[in-house]
Amino acid sequence: MRVSEVQQEALTAEKAKWMYQKMVEIRRFEDQVHETFSTGTIPGFVHLYAGEEAVAVGVCSHLDDKDYITSTHRGHGHCIAKGCDLKGMMAEIYGKATGLCKGKGGSMHIADVSKGMLGANGIVGGGFPLATGAGLSAKLRKTGGVAVCFFGDGANNHGTFHEGINQAAIWNLPVIFVAENNGYGESTPFEYASSCKSIADRAVGYNIPGETVDGKDTMAVYEAAQRAVERARNGEGPSLIECVTYRNYGHFEGDAQTYKTSEEREQHLNELDAIIRFREHLLSNNLASEDELHSIDENVRQAVADAVEFAEKSPMPEADQLITDVYVNYKPGGEE
Amino acid sequence: MARQISFADAINEAIKETMRNDENVILLGEDVAGGADLDHLGDEDAWGGVMGVTKGLVQEFGRDRILDTPIAEAGYVGAAVSAAATGMRPIAELMFNDFIGSCLDEVMNQGAKLRYMFGGHAKIPLVIRTMHGAGFRAAAQHSQTLYGMFTAIPGVKVVVPSTPADAKGLLISAIEDDDMVVFFEDKTLYNVKGEVPEGHYTIPIGKADIKRAGDDLTIVAIGKQVNTALAAAEQLAQKGIEAEVVDPRSLSPLDENSILKSVQKTSRLVIVDEANPRCNAATDISALVADKGFDYLDAPIKMVTAPHSPVPFSPALEDLYLPTPEKILAVVSELIDDESIVTI
Repeated sequence: MRVSEVQQEALTAEKAKWMYQKMVEIRRFEDQVHETFSTGTIPGFVHLYAGEEAVAVGVCSHLDDKDYITSTHRGHGHCIAKGCDLKGMMAEIYGKATGLCKGKGGSMHIADVSKGMLGANGIVGGGFPLATGAGLSAKLRKTGGVAVCFFGDGANNHGTFHEGINQAAIWNLPVIFVAENNGYGESTPFEYASSCKSIADRAVGYNIPGETVDGKDTMAVYEAAQRAVERARNGEGPSLIECVTYRNYGHFEGDAQTYKTSEEREQHLNELDAIIRFREHLLSNNLASEDELHSIDENVRQAVADAVEFAEKSPMPEADQLITDVYVNYKPGGEE
Repeated sequence: MARQISFADAINEAIKETMRNDENVILLGEDVAGGADLDHLGDEDAWGGVMGVTKGLVQEFGRDRILDTPIAEAGYVGAAVSAAATGMRPIAELMFNDFIGSCLDEVMNQGAKLRYMFGGHAKIPLVIRTMHGAGFRAAAQHSQTLYGMFTAIPGVKVVVPSTPADAKGLLISAIEDDDMVVFFEDKTLYNVKGEVPEGHYTIPIGKADIKRAGDDLTIVAIGKQVNTALAAAEQLAQKGIEAEVVDPRSLSPLDENSILKSVQKTSRLVIVDEANPRCNAATDISALVADKGFDYLDAPIKMVTAPHSPVPFSPALEDLYLPTPEKILAVVSELIDDESIVTI
């Protein structure tokens, strides 16, 4: 079943350039984190989104601040597409006090609730019930907002996939479930771990529309997301979109990626690359000029460099921050 | 005589009071109304909760606010977490606390941690009401007492009322609280009646209540074990031993001062907790007093708990599982040199 056909709104040049900028921001940001991580400056571990830009941007281009997204451990791309500040994000990844979460969350928990970004999430499958609840909240408060649940192919086998989507379907909630099928759950192939041929096939069981698109074709994602978001805003309920994509880096930084072939990696970094393809689309459709795109590239390069400088110069959190923000109010001993 | 209502009705009233005051309060859970979408029921509920505690709410507030869910705890508890993070004030009913196994991630990794992980840029005004306790012949998967588990999780508040009046005032506080509260309701207390004020009132979370004053020993008891402790105290009084019964009412935050003050006065401490004996509220309170009240003590701290076993089904065994006044008297006899105590 295909998401209901709605009148496709033509992509404006302005929107197209915004999308290109966001995609380049994600790529540049992640390439930078990759480089910096290898120097040992960044604590912990990181999961990079580079290669999957078309999905986050193609979907989030239909959202605004009243709309919610839930994300995954591979969340930097979703954050950027949803409008999170690059400096605050980079500082968060460095564990600095100026981070979006004061350095308490880190790469796997970057959030900005004011932008509708309900957090990257360290738990595979954690987003399904959360997105459903955000959709319920939007519906009951009549905000007109929708909720998008980004999830990986690994999460599609998790029990919460079933509970979350079924609940969104029976309550007809404005939720869009966006699968990012990058072929591997950690090092295990999708085909091995999933009994279905495509994640979209599973939508049938919930009596909701499901479709598979080339997740590296920005316009294909954009158009599928437009149909699903419009459907949700019209009160017609949830949809499932499977975006077939590829991550340029490993599951985490340091992953030797022996499960990938060098041919597939080459292909994805070149002729299949989402940014190269979207760039060509913009030029051939006169949505942007070479000069404009070049200037976006340069501005993004500078913005990411500024984010790094900001993060490096920012202070670490003070010791008193260890135990703040656990509760709004906690009075052991019953003091008033 | 002042109005007497049951523990269950007190909880029902607390939900009603808060739902009338704030349209963002919603109740969701399995069969909280029951019979959803059945034409012949119309606006009536089929059950009003498996124990009838939420009976009648759907008639007043409608099915948009009293939401029957699929039997899928991760789905609706997780949804309640993010509904709370995005402006609602949900009450999620986890029918039996034993079912936390199906949704611990949503409570422990999501609800309890979002605020901290987001650097304080979120609040989770969510109440999870859940039924606990043995003595109902409900066997091992419907009888546990798991408040200790939640007390161990930062970001969660834990409330365990022992009387109808406490249940109402504490539940209103919990619903109006901006943090996540897990609210424990002992299934064997639902029919117990007590004096309960009409209308809206609150009891602060984190404030213990002295259920009986006494100078000779302190009994800290949790939930329905307050009643067991009071029964033991009555028997001790016949021997001239006056026990003070302290009801913490919430385990997180814990009113440490009230417990320490009582022990300072009495110099002897017994803790009654029907949870299993390892890493429970009793061991926690014991550690507190050993650490901060050691000099007050004239005798070792004693605990009366369930054994380290699942809750048995057979009434013959389940009755042995739970704390009793006799078990309390037996340990008191070790603290106070009076052989006649155990033979009361």
